[in-house]
Amino acid sequence: MKRVNNVKELKIIADEIRLEIIKMLVEAGSGHSGGPLGMSDVFAALYFSVMNHNPKKPNWEGRDRLVLSNGHICPVLYATLAKCGYFPISELKTLRKLGSRLQGHPHLHALPGIETSTGPLAQGTSVAAGMAYGAKMDGRKEKVFLSMGDGELDEGQCWESFMFAAKYKLDNLIGFVDRNNIQIDGMTDDIMPLRPVGDKFKAFNWHVIEIDGNNMKQILGAFGKARKYKGKPIVVICNTIPGKGVKFMEKRFEWHGKTPNKEEAMKALHQICEDECKIKGLDFDKCKLLLEESGRLE
Amino acid sequence: MQVITGRVWEVGMKFNLDNKELVASRDGYGKGLVVLGKNKNVVALCCDLTESTRVEWFKQKYPKQFIEVGVAEQNMAGLAAGLALVGKIPFISSYAVFSPGRNWDQLRVSVCYNNLNVKIQGAHAGISVGPDGATHQALEDIALMRVLPNMTVVVPADAVQAEKATIASVGIKGPVYLRFGRDKVHVITDYKTPFTIGKADVYREGDDVCIIACGRMVYEALVAAESLAKQGIDAMVINCHTIKPLDEKTIISAARKTGGIVTAEEHQINGGLGGAISELLGENYPVHIERVGIRDTFGESGDPDKLLEKYQCTNVNISEAVKRVMGRKKHG
Repeated sequence: MKRVNNVKELKIIADEIRLEIIKMLVEAGSGHSGGPLGMSDVFAALYFSVMNHNPKKPNWEGRDRLVLSNGHICPVLYATLAKCGYFPISELKTLRKLGSRLQGHPHLHALPGIETSTGPLAQGTSVAAGMAYGAKMDGRKEKVFLSMGDGELDEGQCWESFMFAAKYKLDNLIGFVDRNNIQIDGMTDDIMPLRPVGDKFKAFNWHVIEIDGNNMKQILGAFGKARKYKGKPIVVICNTIPGKGVKFMEKRFEWHGKTPNKEEAMKALHQICEDECKIKGLDFDKCKLLLEESGRLE
Repeated sequence: MQVITGRVWEVGMKFNLDNKELVASRDGYGKGLVVLGKNKNVVALCCDLTESTRVEWFKQKYPKQFIEVGVAEQNMAGLAAGLALVGKIPFISSYAVFSPGRNWDQLRVSVCYNNLNVKIQGAHAGISVGPDGATHQALEDIALMRVLPNMTVVVPADAVQAEKATIASVGIKGPVYLRFGRDKVHVITDYKTPFTIGKADVYREGDDVCIIACGRMVYEALVAAESLAKQGIDAMVINCHTIKPLDEKTIISAARKTGGIVTAEEHQINGGLGGAISELLGENYPVHIERVGIRDTFGESGDPDKLLEKYQCTNVNISEAVKRVMGRKKHG
């Protein structure tokens, strides 16, 4: 796929992904809002700039693979894959419906671009380590990207797989954590304190990079460095704002696992479009036009 | 050699009452793995139990294809899924109480939902693990694996069959659970004995009742049939090594022919072989059934033979069950 390396362009793509997320979620009526919106910048960067992949050949052997271990944030993956051309954007509105290829949590055999079925947290961490080990066995150069949530790190299996990846020096494994400080029942500090996350990874012999996960420049810089790092598995801790782009969702754990109603969705689309206009340097009237073009809910 | 009274035998059967050749079925797994190692895509993973699971033999011969995982069974199942996704054929090995006992969710989603080519060795299954006690005696693993879509479940009767099953599992595209015991058991088949995953084998013909067994209980069933013959009861014996997919045709026809079934397994009578046969016949051809196995209880430490006796998993218990079925048949 043609790479986009322009920060401004990538930021616009991230907002377009956000618009699709809101539209999918309001249509689905159930699912997760906070995580997908918070991770839109990272997914835009990965799929439009960082990763080697080909939407026309989803099973190309030399592709980089992305394992979405926090499977519940799949709306951001689905919207990104559709924008890349893996399947029609119109299919996004089938999310979570009977017969849809867009399962509530990703299924390997349902949709092109999905590398493994995930949902029960931490399972993807082991699967990604297995892929990375297998690629190394065969002397293959591709990278395995591993998406994790911070609440997910409560699961013991994560730390089993982290020890394994460090033992075998899987430097082709690039993990990233959506450090948004929320989980379903509340703030991670209250539910199960994780601090200091970076030091925990360091103690497990991973190379740690910490960034603002909503800053496109930092995202590109971090993953660029991660690709080149040798000798240890790498983790990029992405400090993100859950619900990023939609003011009434931002930083609120209540929006971790719920979807907007139609009225809230209109408000959300409006705000995202406004941001997109700002990046493009357009005035507010144009923004409204944009909203009408892309924000139709029916 | 004593005279065997059974009328029809498959070629190559080695069963006779004087046969003292004893080999643990896990040895068959170890041998089979070594045979498979020639294929560079076959990899073996183990959780700090290479010697007792017999993965050691593979490790010695193909060190580059062996992966030590440490004491982490959940991780092992996920790693295997990842390896399968990049073209490997992973065999994961541990004691059955740990794998599949501890990693059922990982086997369910990462392996079975994805329908990946992962083979699972449940070693040291059954009460005959002995002195280690209840924590280490897997009596529920068949049930756990049998309910998973895409999973194949095989319980070989002896070491030779274990080797064949291990090798044959690669021919099945998808997850396969292979169950083995720790204890040395009678070798009753040889390399010529027919074996196909999914095909139940009639080891002895009979008209009065059919004993359907798996694992070491196949030997016990054959011994029971011999003693029953002397008492005028003509028992059929089936080695039902594949519990999923069940060979429905063979089992229904045995039920139709004999009108009475006894199942025998070193596992809970609920959910395992006895459960599977009862479900099948309950829906298709209801007959009198007695199940021999562990009766909803945990085991304890002890000598394997004494445990099998105490928990009623011997040929004597099978013979008694057969007589109960005969009685029920008579009284309708």
